[in-house]
Amino acid sequence: MNGLMDEHLVRGFPPTLHSAVALVRSGDAAERARGLKTLSAVYWRPVYSYLRLRWHRPHEEAADLAQEFFADVVQKELLARFDPSRARLRTYLRVCIDGLVANHDKAAARQKRGGGAPPLPFDFEEEIERLNGRGDSPETLFEKAWARGVFALALRRLHDECASTGKAQHYALLEQYDLAGERPTYAELAHRFGIAVTDVTNHLSRVRRELRRIVLEVLRELTASDEEFREEARALLGDGAV
Amino acid sequence: MTRLDDEAVSRLRAAVREPDLSQTKYRLAGVAGTGGMGTVYVVEDTELKRRVALKVLDVPDAGIEARLRREAQVLARLEHPGIVPVHDAGALPDGRAFYTMKWVQGDRLDRRLSRPVPLAERLRLFLRIAEAVAFAHARGVLHRDLKPENVMVGAFGEVLVLDWGLAKVLADTGGLLPARRTGESAVLGTPGFMSPEQSGGESATVDARTDVYSLGAMLHWMAGGNSPRPLQAISRKAMAARREDRYPDVLSLAAEVTRFLDGEAVSADAESVLRRLARVAKRHRVALGIVLAYLAGRALILLFTGR
Repeated sequence: MNGLMDEHLVRGFPPTLHSAVALVRSGDAAERARGLKTLSAVYWRPVYSYLRLRWHRPHEEAADLAQEFFADVVQKELLARFDPSRARLRTYLRVCIDGLVANHDKAAARQKRGGGAPPLPFDFEEEIERLNGRGDSPETLFEKAWARGVFALALRRLHDECASTGKAQHYALLEQYDLAGERPTYAELAHRFGIAVTDVTNHLSRVRRELRRIVLEVLRELTASDEEFREEARALLGDGAV
Repeated sequence: MTRLDDEAVSRLRAAVREPDLSQTKYRLAGVAGTGGMGTVYVVEDTELKRRVALKVLDVPDAGIEARLRREAQVLARLEHPGIVPVHDAGALPDGRAFYTMKWVQGDRLDRRLSRPVPLAERLRLFLRIAEAVAFAHARGVLHRDLKPENVMVGAFGEVLVLDWGLAKVLADTGGLLPARRTGESAVLGTPGFMSPEQSGGESATVDARTDVYSLGAMLHWMAGGNSPRPLQAISRKAMAARREDRYPDVLSLAAEVTRFLDGEAVSADAESVLRRLARVAKRHRVALGIVLAYLAGRALILLFTGR
């Protein structure tokens, strides 16, 4: 087994200690902020896209509402009413967004938060246009955006972990083999990186195993019960439809 | 954050789903199928230079992992040509439980019988399935999920009963892993092939007759819509709602089907004198033909010679 893996993960079961849902519900402000950071890392794009596509809000309003939504998660304790035995977190959040939009429309004059829309780290316009042209329902797009969010956060953590443990090459191999459009052969990768083909095989196995561990860790953080965790894991890694 | 499109997510999903075979003697060769418990891959055993099937969980789940490990142990004690043999079991480097078994090249029974196959051939396949299940019963193991999808048919008509994940061990003397407590209300099995006691949640109290019921449902399905009346009577008896009204064991059911194949009377079907005569005539049609031909010849001789 490799050194990157915790002993409990060799058994395949990540710990239950770091649920972002539990953190957001915590009485400690620092913990709430930490939980919100994980939630927004995965859910920002699904929430924003859903507001654009399901509720047809223009960019500025959607960005404002998304920001208000994540503020509500902490300030209005939205997750206090979340019961994992009744729905998955992502379904619950989607219902909360619908409620937010309804309330927002009723109030007509919404409360401005800060100076207009926040600067966005992504080119959303292009993405929204691309999503719009596919014919998927906003709900399906929300689910797909969720899957992208989980993998994007897991990749970022994997990247940082590889960089800090001197294994940046492992991440680069994964990027070229599993993320690039054209999949190279192991021999081509060995040539590009100046390493043996057996090293490519071993490094890729290790980094994929590590990615799997982190994806499960992220799912664990995004769920509030063992049952919900297993359902989300099945949806993402099983023979699921997401 | 890394930008991803759906295609990249789908590649990543496949990458993290694939079993981690590093530090093992197996190399991935393809996917054989997916099921409730996980995915079955075709892998190359590099030591023995042969392909085997590797069954592995897709996601962490203590309950399903226990079921998979137990399934491997159950299979290991059932050495029979009609039951898929297990070769190896353990945990992969990524922590997932797995076991390897014979890679069966053939068709699932439901796919094989979607093509035209003569009734006698269908019944012979049924008897091979019943023989394997009877063997398991003799070893104290009930299958509890018998259905066409759980049977493979090889190129030479050999039959292998698969998916023993719901098996119940009646008499455990070999130190098997404990089964998950299914309780009084647990429903295990597949609708359509599941006995009333299973669908009623009485999984804890089932006995060999629950597999008799499922085999009866398979017989009904395998024989087709317009099957002969005695065959319908056999499957009806096997599928009786009350356990006491079914065949007491799989061998009794198989014996009835054999009697039908041999043209003999079956106990499940009370026949009239006329139908009995017709069946006997059909069974002995060659001898009967010779006798009738002889009698006709004698009659002609009598007619023309007056002797």
